[in-house]
Amino acid sequence: MCTSQLDPEVIKRDFPIFKRRIYGKPLIYLDNAATTQRPRQVIEAIREFYENYNANVHRGVYRLSIEATEAYENARAKVAKFINAEDSEIVFTRNATEALNLVAYSWGLQNLKRGDRILLTEMEHHSNIVPWQLIAKHTGAVIDYIPFNEEGLLVEEEKDRLLSLGPKIVSITHASNVLGTINDVKEIVEKAHKVGAIVVVDAAQSVPHMPVDVKEIGCDFLAFSGHKALGPLGVGVLYGKRDLLKEMNPFLGGGDMISRVWLSGAEWNELPWKFEAGTSSVADVIGLGAAIDYLNSIGMDRVRAHEVKLTGYALKRLSEVPDIKIYGPRDLDGRCAVVSFNLADIHPHDLAAILDEEGIAIRAGHHCAQPLLNKLGVAATARASFYIYNSESDIDALVEGLYKARRIFKL
Amino acid sequence: MTSEFYREKIIEHYRNPRNYGSIEDAQIKVQEANPLCGDDIELYIKLDEEKRVEDIKFRGRGCALSIASASLMTEHLKGKSIDYLLSFTKKDLLDTLCIKTLGLNPVRIKCALLPYKALKIGVHNHLGKEISEEDLLEYEAEEETA
Repeated sequence: MCTSQLDPEVIKRDFPIFKRRIYGKPLIYLDNAATTQRPRQVIEAIREFYENYNANVHRGVYRLSIEATEAYENARAKVAKFINAEDSEIVFTRNATEALNLVAYSWGLQNLKRGDRILLTEMEHHSNIVPWQLIAKHTGAVIDYIPFNEEGLLVEEEKDRLLSLGPKIVSITHASNVLGTINDVKEIVEKAHKVGAIVVVDAAQSVPHMPVDVKEIGCDFLAFSGHKALGPLGVGVLYGKRDLLKEMNPFLGGGDMISRVWLSGAEWNELPWKFEAGTSSVADVIGLGAAIDYLNSIGMDRVRAHEVKLTGYALKRLSEVPDIKIYGPRDLDGRCAVVSFNLADIHPHDLAAILDEEGIAIRAGHHCAQPLLNKLGVAATARASFYIYNSESDIDALVEGLYKARRIFKL
Repeated sequence: MTSEFYREKIIEHYRNPRNYGSIEDAQIKVQEANPLCGDDIELYIKLDEEKRVEDIKFRGRGCALSIASASLMTEHLKGKSIDYLLSFTKKDLLDTLCIKTLGLNPVRIKCALLPYKALKIGVHNHLGKEISEEDLLEYEAEEETA
């Protein structure tokens, strides 16, 4: 394994978007927690599909369809290997949100009843709250939330107490898209399994940024999005343990997910196709395969090491800015490459607009985590999130931009 | 450029918003929010016997642009007739803010127009006039006026 540091300037050359100028300035992209950019290799893989072997999958007996099916299933194998799962345990969805909804609806409707407990945390993205609220309303199940403390860490005693109430299902984020907290999901899985709960991991902010092994974590389901991992928009992944997927009803009905249909009913297809109704976004799945190849060529250990270094530098540089409030844990081992902050009384929207003028893209808002922000006592935060093409100079530019904002706001 | 939004006047009104607060006996009370950024505004208008704006106040949280917009708008509307409030256009508001380059950043224009949307909804409700979905969209859209 290559352990040398990766060079973001070299990596940047693979990403056509960095040729772009924003108001005449080079693009500094710091909104990777929302979506990443795509390397040439991914864009090429998609183009290659449409130009050379565009066809529907699992249908035709002709050459093009055979090639398309092979490439599609090959991408599944790449995804499976990437997180150490079996091919039949990988279901392609539109995004992580759909993957979480799939579990909530298929598993939840079948297994939850009045009074059953669903355990979430207060740091979840809306996509890991709202589906459960819908299912709770439908089934009469109740939802508990594990709180987090001032450092942005889950409160241990509360976690243990809520687990002792015997939830049927625990759904928890691996890495917070606002606080940057990395939760010890392995420990939670062990404890949850002891009380007989199923565990879902929202890995949207972890799979793209660090080695993730579903067998090591031991979770029952895990969801992530391709577009947050250099892949195209429109593809998400659900990992589910084979035995669980087998027992579950389909989420959506239609073509491809059946083996036989009569007017009186239907028989479900094998795993994982039982959960892939209708024509998939084939080119994008193949593009996701290319994204995984790209990440593998760098090595996820190196991706993580680069981000730890960068996050450490960002926390240090940002702390130097007067009147800044940085959220989330300070311990770099327990933090992903997301830094949320507020600067004095400057609204995050104003900060983002001023930084935009410098070609710097950051996120400002509630980050689809309103309960979390309510708890922090703010309506919005600014957020910078990093990836493999970001360098320390990007962070210097961010800090410079914050000083410009201070000048404009006469601070 | 965005800097146009951040002239001294805007920053000054953000820091010292005029007419900030609430009016207990206002005839028009309206709350509006921008779900995108979580900004919200409450607008209070007290009319005198001749249906002129005797007092107008707002409170809420938002970016410099939305707070300054509310501050300047309330300043401008004090003493005006309800007919004027009804005919008050987006262009009038943006003129008050001295913003010319509309359409450059539609997201930011929405911020500036949040108080305007609150005003229009409040006045229409008070007069028992219906607002169509189209009008509602129109209140926060960029285009034309520039």
